[in-house]
Amino acid sequence: MSERITISPITRLEGHGKIDIFLDEAGKVRDCYLQVVELRGFEKFCQGRPVEELPRITPKICGVCPGAHHMASSKAADEVYGVRIPPIAEKLRRLFYNAHIAHSHILHFYALAAPDFIPGAEAGPEKRNILGLIQAVGREEGREVLAHRGYAQKIQGMLAGHPIHPVSSLPGGMSKPLQEQERAEIEPMADSLVQFARKSLRLFEDLILSRKSSREMISGDTYYSRTYYMGLVDDRGCVDFYDGTARVASPDGSLFASFDPRDYLEHIGEHVEPWTYLKFPFLKSVGWKGLVDGGDSGIYRVNSLARLNVADGMATPLAQQEYEKLFDFFGGKPVHHTMAYHWARLIENLQACEELARLIRDPEITGEDIRTLPGKPVGEGVGAVEAARGTLFHHYKTDSQGMVQQANLIVATVQNNAAMNLSVKRAAERLIENGSPDEAILDRVEMAFRAYDPCLACATHHLPGKTPLEVRLVRPDGVVRTLSRGPEGEG
Amino acid sequence: MSKIKLAMNWAGACGGCDVSLLDLEDKILELSEIADVVYWPAAMDYKRRDLQEAPDGSVDVGLFNGVVRTSEQAEDAELMRSKCRVLVSYGSCACFGGIPGLANLSDREGIFSLVYRDTPSTLNEEDNRPSPQWQDNGHTLTLPEFEDTVRALHHAVRVDYFLPGCPPSRERILDAVNLIAALAGGEDTPPAGTVLAPEHALCRDCERIDSKKSDRIPRVVRPHEIRADSGTCFLEQGIICMGPFTRSGCGGLCLAANQPCRGCFGPTPTQLDPGAEALSAFGSVVGPRGEDFLTRAEMKREVGRIPDPAGTFYRFTLPHSVLYRSFAAENKDRG
Repeated sequence: MSERITISPITRLEGHGKIDIFLDEAGKVRDCYLQVVELRGFEKFCQGRPVEELPRITPKICGVCPGAHHMASSKAADEVYGVRIPPIAEKLRRLFYNAHIAHSHILHFYALAAPDFIPGAEAGPEKRNILGLIQAVGREEGREVLAHRGYAQKIQGMLAGHPIHPVSSLPGGMSKPLQEQERAEIEPMADSLVQFARKSLRLFEDLILSRKSSREMISGDTYYSRTYYMGLVDDRGCVDFYDGTARVASPDGSLFASFDPRDYLEHIGEHVEPWTYLKFPFLKSVGWKGLVDGGDSGIYRVNSLARLNVADGMATPLAQQEYEKLFDFFGGKPVHHTMAYHWARLIENLQACEELARLIRDPEITGEDIRTLPGKPVGEGVGAVEAARGTLFHHYKTDSQGMVQQANLIVATVQNNAAMNLSVKRAAERLIENGSPDEAILDRVEMAFRAYDPCLACATHHLPGKTPLEVRLVRPDGVVRTLSRGPEGEG
Repeated sequence: MSKIKLAMNWAGACGGCDVSLLDLEDKILELSEIADVVYWPAAMDYKRRDLQEAPDGSVDVGLFNGVVRTSEQAEDAELMRSKCRVLVSYGSCACFGGIPGLANLSDREGIFSLVYRDTPSTLNEEDNRPSPQWQDNGHTLTLPEFEDTVRALHHAVRVDYFLPGCPPSRERILDAVNLIAALAGGEDTPPAGTVLAPEHALCRDCERIDSKKSDRIPRVVRPHEIRADSGTCFLEQGIICMGPFTRSGCGGLCLAANQPCRGCFGPTPTQLDPGAEALSAFGSVVGPRGEDFLTRAEMKREVGRIPDPAGTFYRFTLPHSVLYRSFAAENKDRG
């Protein structure tokens, strides 16, 4: 008797998703599919728009990482007009963007990821959320989480004009300068964010890494995939969220490729499967070999751990110390342990906050020279940034008037599509043994894709902070049993 | 006062509406004092099945964000309508189609052939397309149908109130919370069909309004072409701004960031169609004075400098407008 387990709805990747797990007659996992069930077609309706409007249109792809699209789109549009933005404009964009990264990483860690460790999968769904976490670590700490998440959100709003959908970046620079009054307000918030980021890492060490069960989850082989990794690095080889050279590391850690993001088409292809609306990016020179890991498969991963794996180090001193600790713990590079994405995210958060504190003290930051007026369009541009969830490419071609003829978008979460399928399947294989997974086991299966912080995560960041999850067991005779993670669930 | 039951559903949208509700922070606690949230997939652990099993009309207020494009979204719209006594279109996508509504300039085939075949990074020699039903390794996998046309919520089901914005601003959300409180307390509520936002145009609230001197726009410029003065009306500077045709209530955040309005709050109540109004108005005020002495070509020259009228004037409202969708695509559907 074969069974199907459906987990639906799970996610806000670029919309909705579900997981189907097919079991064989012995109740072992046969196949597993992560399906994305929605498409909106931005690439199509970006055609015909003036390119300078795309930084205001493309953030609507995702209300949880709009800042990344705003930046990638502005950079692509800068290139379409062949314009170099003034140094102050770049500093303002970086200030905004580091706040965006900090905001996203803080939310993901505390509201979504941490409750799986503290209090943990066995605590049950009614405690496994940010409220349960606050109960475990203390109310004062809980307030600090909300306050610092708020600081990062506020800095974004001050720089970009709107707390959710940013508007102030456009081809040639920024639409408004930073006022001294605003700068003075941001400075103490940035300093406090640095301290909070350090504290978050200590919390990770004390409450997660020091506990045997969670240490095993992080360093064991349930959450493990040998893949390629990609991320942007600056000219010193350090992690850079706003700009840089794209680097690809092999599963054995060697440098596989290093390229200008403008040449992404030489390196990245996208495979299409008929059972999902989401494509599967892969390394062209290795090829698409199906949903398998290893050096012969072109599947690569992006997001926090991938960035640390490809980089030579962090761009800021405190984050660098933490980076060294992580690789010491695992005994070298690269780290293939998927749960290490959470640790890497906290290290990146520290870098983002250190960058905030540095940039806000830059004597030029309130300068008025924030725009270069572009001339005639060159007609083509690629903008790449590291979104919180991984490398993001916007590629535009326009006519001589700057009207978009072609837009190609390779979104961060999409690049982890194949890896998320691999990770969920592997976790299901290891954890589901007799076809009757209990609630805690399903949570552990779910943790496999939660490590990638697929965009759903952002929306579930606050409050109960759980991913909606429904599991249906469908037998050939049509009997349906529902295991629900909710407090009212049967399971 | 008994607590009322509240449901929030998300359809074809970016998630920003869900974030806007979460961003209420302290106020969301007030909301929780007057309402029990019985369904909110983005933030809570209640399932579609929980809503399906609830008796019809047993939920007091439903908030629906996003457009209706797939068969699953249409089913969710029906489900929310049947379960909720009061249904609110939450955000510009549900109210007017929003940015995803621009997809009505094309259709399913146009989108699929681009996304799954013609984008330069796609390598798809078999010409695979996502399919509503597919056999893979002996398993049947299903996907919701992708329709040709994006619809606003009220095209799919009857809607009681409209809460516009991309996403709705804090003030508007608090208005909606007050409405929910009124319902909970059994007080009078606005008539069905009410848009929960001020009735006047954004210009009236704009700090730049006093700088509007001329009644003409001699020359149209695009936002990146000049350094816009932060105190002067955008139209006065030649930059197309949708302020005159757009309902107020957003708080003017884009204007404060020195960027023109793009119309996310939709039309004021006196306008049939914001795009047609804008086109008509700009058509008569753009260009140099003295039309009587100009040839048609000269008159049209400046109007022709308005790039992408459809995408500018209907940025957030295409499915709700008189245009609805591209005619070429519509024709092909019929053929």
